Amino acid sequence: MGAGHGHRLHYHGHSRIHRAEPHHKILALLGFVLVVVATPRDWFPAYAGFLAVLGVVIAISGVPVGYLLKRLVVEIPFVVFALLMPFIALGPTVEVLGMTLSKPGLLAAWALLAKGTLGVLASLTLAATTEPDDVLRGLQRLRMPELVVQIMGFMIRYLDVVTGELRRMTTAMRSRGCDPRSPRHWPALAKALGALFIRSYERGERIHLAMLSRGYTGRLPS
Amino acid sequence: MHVPDGFLDAPTSIATGVVATAAVAVALRGARRELDDRTAPMAGLVAAFVFAAQMINFPVGAGTSGHLLGGALAAVLVGPFTGALCLAVVLLVQGLLFADGGITALGTNITLFSLVAVGAGWLVFRGLQLLLPRRLSSVPVAAGLAGLVSVPVTAVAFVALFAAGGQAPVALEPVLTAMLGWHVLIGVGEALITALVVSSVVAARPDLVHGARPLLATRGLEIRTAGVAA
Repeated sequence: MGAGHGHRLHYHGHSRIHRAEPHHKILALLGFVLVVVATPRDWFPAYAGFLAVLGVVIAISGVPVGYLLKRLVVEIPFVVFALLMPFIALGPTVEVLGMTLSKPGLLAAWALLAKGTLGVLASLTLAATTEPDDVLRGLQRLRMPELVVQIMGFMIRYLDVVTGELRRMTTAMRSRGCDPRSPRHWPALAKALGALFIRSYERGERIHLAMLSRGYTGRLPS
Repeated sequence: MHVPDGFLDAPTSIATGVVATAAVAVALRGARRELDDRTAPMAGLVAAFVFAAQMINFPVGAGTSGHLLGGALAAVLVGPFTGALCLAVVLLVQGLLFADGGITALGTNITLFSLVAVGAGWLVFRGLQLLLPRRLSSVPVAAGLAGLVSVPVTAVAFVALFAAGGQAPVALEPVLTAMLGWHVLIGVGEALITALVVSSVVAARPDLVHGARPLLATRGLEIRTAGVAA
């Protein structure tokens, strides 16, 4: 698994946050985000408070702020949506720099950005301080159905293998002049995806057989 | 397409969470029937495949790009229950390890993709199979049309959730029109990719395509001797 251990968002460390029980961290994240989502959008000081709490947790964890900020790019698609909000929302309008903006729309855009950013930042902090195996252990402690945890375990274990395979396939296609983005080359791309599916499926069958031969009975030993 | 935290209010998030939990429970039972004791390794690998397939972006126009949802694709390839389960696990991993899609919006995302996209895709696929000629070559066609329908249906379900628990006073009609128009366009891309992927799997390993199994069961063994002797 050339990519090494851990996943792409994990930041190695030994802080108190890193060492905390994973199921506590998952519950804390869920509780925190639920409170953020349920907070009325015009309680502005509350949002400063949330950010401060998050800041303290990040400071204790020792994960560089820049590391997390760089990864905030996952929220770009809905930032665009939030920026559109003042233009498409209804209600009384206000003139800003010659543009007619909706007041409730501005408030909604602020709420979307604030709540979304806090949520993403909190999730990033969990991902940065918790190894995938620990996330799985945490979910198991939280009574997530055993089968779901097992499927997740297999998925995470083989994620790098399967994505690596796809990357090699697309690299090979590119070096032969194929542009995966162009609709003209979709047939070639689809054949590659079809091959990837067959390889993934057959790998699953081989893994299952290998596990059966080592005494697997359909349940993982605890 | 992933719904982030704070997009819908807390009651809607909790309600969709309950719906998603029930959907996953049903999918777990169904997937055990579809895959028996192979469920964990097979579904895990298929989920990894869906995740990888979603990494490929295709241009939608206006400089933006969409990616495969894979709802109809997963339903046709591995069956509706396993497909729904795989998509739910993909969303769970994306939310917890990649911060893609909010934690409180996980129920919403699973409801939209595992329940609506996979469900609509599978229903359309099954319906078309009754109408189209019972031949292996109509499987990719039905799969593509299922992909085409699944995307705008998911978009409409999203607008409905937004109407119920949206956090902004927006006129729903233009949003619905815009979402529908946009997602029919994305659906065309989804349809083409889905049909092409399914046809390439049908060509190589038709037995791996869950949606083609009823057809294969009726097919007898055909022994071609003339070609070999020549």
